[in-house]
Amino acid sequence: MNAIIAEGLVKTFGSGEKAVRAVDGVDLVVPEGTVLGLLGPNGAGKTTTVRMLTSLLPLDGGRAEVAGHDVATDPQAVRASIGLSGQYAAVDENLTGRENLWMFGRLYQLSSRQAKKRAEELLEQFALTDAADRPSKTYSGGMRRRLDLAGSLIVHPKVLFLDEPTTGLDPASRLDLWDVIRERVSGGATIMLTTQYLEEADALADRIVVIDQGRIIAEGTADELKAKVGGERIEVVVHDPEALSRAVDVLQRGSDGQCVVDEHTRRLTVPTATGSKGLIQVIRDLDEQNIEIDDIALRRPTLDDVFLELTGHHPEEEKAAEDEQAVAAEGGAK
Amino acid sequence: MTTTETVQPPAAVKTSGINQVLQDTMIIAWRNIRGGMRVPDTQIYMFIQPIMFVVLFAYVFGGAIPVDGVNYREYLMAGIFAQTMAFAVAPASVGLADDMHKGLIDRFRSLPMARSGVIAGRVVSDLCSQFIVLVIMMVCGLIVGWRVNNGVLPFLGGVGLMLLFAFAMLWVGAFIGLSVGNPQVAASAGLIWLFPVVFLSNAFVPPSTMPTIVQNMAEWNPISAIVAAARDLFGNESIIVSDAWPMQHPVPAALIWCALIIVIFAPLAVRKYKAAASK
Repeated sequence: MNAIIAEGLVKTFGSGEKAVRAVDGVDLVVPEGTVLGLLGPNGAGKTTTVRMLTSLLPLDGGRAEVAGHDVATDPQAVRASIGLSGQYAAVDENLTGRENLWMFGRLYQLSSRQAKKRAEELLEQFALTDAADRPSKTYSGGMRRRLDLAGSLIVHPKVLFLDEPTTGLDPASRLDLWDVIRERVSGGATIMLTTQYLEEADALADRIVVIDQGRIIAEGTADELKAKVGGERIEVVVHDPEALSRAVDVLQRGSDGQCVVDEHTRRLTVPTATGSKGLIQVIRDLDEQNIEIDDIALRRPTLDDVFLELTGHHPEEEKAAEDEQAVAAEGGAK
Repeated sequence: MTTTETVQPPAAVKTSGINQVLQDTMIIAWRNIRGGMRVPDTQIYMFIQPIMFVVLFAYVFGGAIPVDGVNYREYLMAGIFAQTMAFAVAPASVGLADDMHKGLIDRFRSLPMARSGVIAGRVVSDLCSQFIVLVIMMVCGLIVGWRVNNGVLPFLGGVGLMLLFAFAMLWVGAFIGLSVGNPQVAASAGLIWLFPVVFLSNAFVPPSTMPTIVQNMAEWNPISAIVAAARDLFGNESIIVSDAWPMQHPVPAALIWCALIIVIFAPLAVRKYKAAASK
């Protein structure tokens, strides 16, 4: 069974010549009990996709089914089977943690008693019991995220949408949240996770879909995506700039690929098909030639490399530019 | 983080129809009141501002604005009541803009709750606080010399009219708040146009003292009809020296104005809510 099916999703903002296709023909299939990582820079269409799948935005094209219910024709049934934890921790900051969870429970149509009981359980589970009676505006960023996430788990939703759940969290809180997410998956939930953190997708997602400018540009497991970019490579930092060209000759000898030279940092990178054997050979050759090195390593491609390869940018570089674009687009859509 | 597995999942119960609408509305209203009381702004708005207006106008302007043959404090009170009811625009617009700004409206919309619950809950909670504000002002009014001279039923009619007017203005506030979507902008956008509208009326001085054009505007101003009707119902002197229809028939005129405002702004607010949420 597939928990999420999307076919040819389209969302257009604005009209006429200024129209922007924020989501432009996205197909997704997420089997039950798995985690899909939706990866891409800000403004790529991740959040818009999530908003369509959670019935917050009408579809301009295509169709989508979540937990067996059509998003367009039966949105209320979709809402009753999903949990959404947004980019901004959407809890009422004037209410206490306990009051927030009680309210969300009531709005999920639980009885007052059920809602109270569920709130207690979630407060306990998310280590918020001590802070339960403080207004949530006094919470730390991590506590607020936990409360927000707890709010999305009230009815043990079959499908959980987490839109950049760890953005802005310190590393310890992030690892805590990862644990919670893994726990949900082992409990049978299906999760769609958007993130800008590649290591987050790497750590949590069974499959990854990379989108840019509203289109899917790659998909597969983390390993498949990395393999797409190429195998391992050897990276050498040469001590003496004079020795660079000789070092290039050495590296080129053991590789079919192109050696990339960064003269400024004296860093050479070359693909290798022979892994650690190749590395040993290179070290021997360099030593034989009396080329002194500062650093040498065998590197596996990271999802950062995948991203760079697919979009031509580092994801970090894009953030700033895309933030501005997103703001501009939002202004235009109003 | 503890990892105790929880008890059996409570499945979302499906209720529908009018019961769900009412229940969700009351939950949102509860949330607005509960949370709102923790915000100093709300407390000032509800308890300090009404007392301040009554005392300020009664003692500062009361002596300086002579209105012939009339107890000015009695004349004034209906004007201040109506002004404060009109200011209901502010909490409604700021509240909804704030919810939108913070992403709470998104959260609410992702829940299997009644669509209309968020706006309706806001209107209910703000109407409650407007009622409290009105009671506080009336008590203050009685202390500074305002009197009800017309019996219980017309008085209750006057209170009802004030709340109806507040109800109408709440929809205007909801519309503004959902249009601007930013609480700071909503605060000023909600009030800036209200001051001239309130002052261009019979709320504080008789329009007969104004230049002819301004006088005509004042006579047809909804606020004037509300204020004149309230003065009638409370039995306060209203010194109407005008042939304009709303001034001759203030109670029907006031009711018509309220109905018009509601008929125009309630659908606009609901439409804005739908559009705002689908951005």
